[in-house]
Amino acid sequence: MMWIKRLCLLPLLWLLASLPAQAVLTIEITQGLDDAMPIAVVPFAWEGEGEAPAAVGDIIAADLRRSGFFRPLAEADLIARPHRADQVNYADWRALKTDHLVVGRMLPHEDGDYTVQFQLLDVNRRRQLAGYSLRASESELRRTAHQISDIIYAEITGKPGAFDTFIAYITVTGDRTDRPTYQLAIADSDGHNEQIVYQSRQPVMSPAWSPDGRHLVFVSFARGRSELYIQNIRSGERQRVAAFDGLNSAPAWSPDGKYLAMTLSRDGNPEIYLMNIETRTLERITRNYAIDTEAAWLPDGRGLVFTSDRGGSPQIYRVALDKNRHATGRPERLTFEGSYNARASVSPNGRYIAMVHRQEGQFRIAVQDQESGLFRVLTDSRLDESPSFAPNGSMIIYATEENYRGILSAVSVDGRAQQRLSLQQGDVREPAWSPLRPE
Amino acid sequence: MRQFLTYLVLTLFVLALGGCRFGPVKDRGADVTDPTSEESQQETMEGGDLSFSGDLGSGARMEELNDPDSPLSKRVLYFDFDSSNVTGEQREIIDAHAAFLSRNPDVSVVLEGHADERGTREYNLALGERRAKAVEQLLQVQGVATDQIQVISFGEERPVALDHNESAWRLNRRVEILYSGY
Repeated sequence: MMWIKRLCLLPLLWLLASLPAQAVLTIEITQGLDDAMPIAVVPFAWEGEGEAPAAVGDIIAADLRRSGFFRPLAEADLIARPHRADQVNYADWRALKTDHLVVGRMLPHEDGDYTVQFQLLDVNRRRQLAGYSLRASESELRRTAHQISDIIYAEITGKPGAFDTFIAYITVTGDRTDRPTYQLAIADSDGHNEQIVYQSRQPVMSPAWSPDGRHLVFVSFARGRSELYIQNIRSGERQRVAAFDGLNSAPAWSPDGKYLAMTLSRDGNPEIYLMNIETRTLERITRNYAIDTEAAWLPDGRGLVFTSDRGGSPQIYRVALDKNRHATGRPERLTFEGSYNARASVSPNGRYIAMVHRQEGQFRIAVQDQESGLFRVLTDSRLDESPSFAPNGSMIIYATEENYRGILSAVSVDGRAQQRLSLQQGDVREPAWSPLRPE
Repeated sequence: MRQFLTYLVLTLFVLALGGCRFGPVKDRGADVTDPTSEESQQETMEGGDLSFSGDLGSGARMEELNDPDSPLSKRVLYFDFDSSNVTGEQREIIDAHAAFLSRNPDVSVVLEGHADERGTREYNLALGERRAKAVEQLLQVQGVATDQIQVISFGEERPVALDHNESAWRLNRRVEILYSGY
């Protein structure tokens, strides 16, 4: 067993408020990469009695396919079912032009836990790239599968995976003109395990994650107008943090977790403010007669991008912040393509800014490369909105519609891979991809 | 007994419908003017009802508000895309309300700003507010007191028309003038 590194599964810090799941997100790959990398994921052997508690191999294959970078072999095309490297005949897999092979097995423990072992093999070089043994309870098995997907993704692409993450979003069910129900939900990045964390008969908007992934900040109209709340996901504890006169909207958590950027109109006009979460003191960042809103942090915490119509139409601007989080210098306009660019999301490395861009009367997701200046429209629907980068920067999740029903979709930064997540009923909107889980 | 229950259920149902239709009704359980009151949060968190405060007059001016031939019966103002400019016809409606409100300083209104579905949600929330504030300003310059007016924006979250075309969008880009109890 020397070939297996031992990895202890962290206790689940992310156990969540146990509200009943109400709907299921289904995921469909609408556009894959032509040059996606062939990989074979052999269904994991189950070495216990009865049925396997989870189809770990299937979950991994689905993860890899969803990323757009991999093309897992169909199960019917698998020529053999090895579950350990020493059972692999490399020549067979080479003949199938498969670059990589994933084999594994699952063993039960007497206390009810399971051990999942897997090996990632390089078919051409006939050697192991990674091998781990992970222990998990039954309810943790899906997460274990996502962690294995992350290891495989990182090993082959050299970038961290983002499968073991969450997506927060808003769902709206019921008659939209009368009394719909608004819910703030979170689900695994593959749409499974949906959990409702907040519900209201009044609009709920703009969910954003804390950098530690343990809290959400959002807008609720529960008391008749827009106010900001922070909710601890695990305990369900909720506190109102902004209920000033006028708008309280568009919250964004600073990368160091200490500040919230938000839009308030308490001084008469929508402006960007920073709130020190601990002291609740406010620092006003923008001073302009126009609408200033939708702040997003730069990854180093030393600046914000935001939407402003100070130039006559909504465009993205950037303002620098000093180490005391005071604005320095005048905001600088970043976008010049077209007459509507709004609601920016900054990639984790700070290089790309995704936004909503109007093109021929339609609203699409576009991305601007801050290094080259290159501007690229990634989507082609009627009303796409709320882009949010995956924490590894590989994909952008956004809200769109299908037959006028709100669904979520994800697109790679180069626009080449696309997937769609749709809820069985009602509208789903305003996705926010969680940060990577803490090590 | 069974018949009675059926009637009771029907009556409650009709009452519930009525409650939804007539918009803001004063809810004594919740006080929106005090955003820090924890009790009022509980009240509305569960019921999810909108609550606004507003003093009602009585007698002749109620009739005036209810007269379908009066310009006061027009309570919705419409706007162009991404615009908060008040056009001529809308201006006349606002003037009528301004005159009524300045004659009746104990009556108050909520100006509810809305946007159509196009564009981003948070920007539209700000746009809805800008529209309502444009109306507020026109009321104020005609003598309506600040404390008679409350501005609330719902952005694109509360459409009245659910289609996805210009005629629906036109109806959704609006400011509603809401008198308590009417």
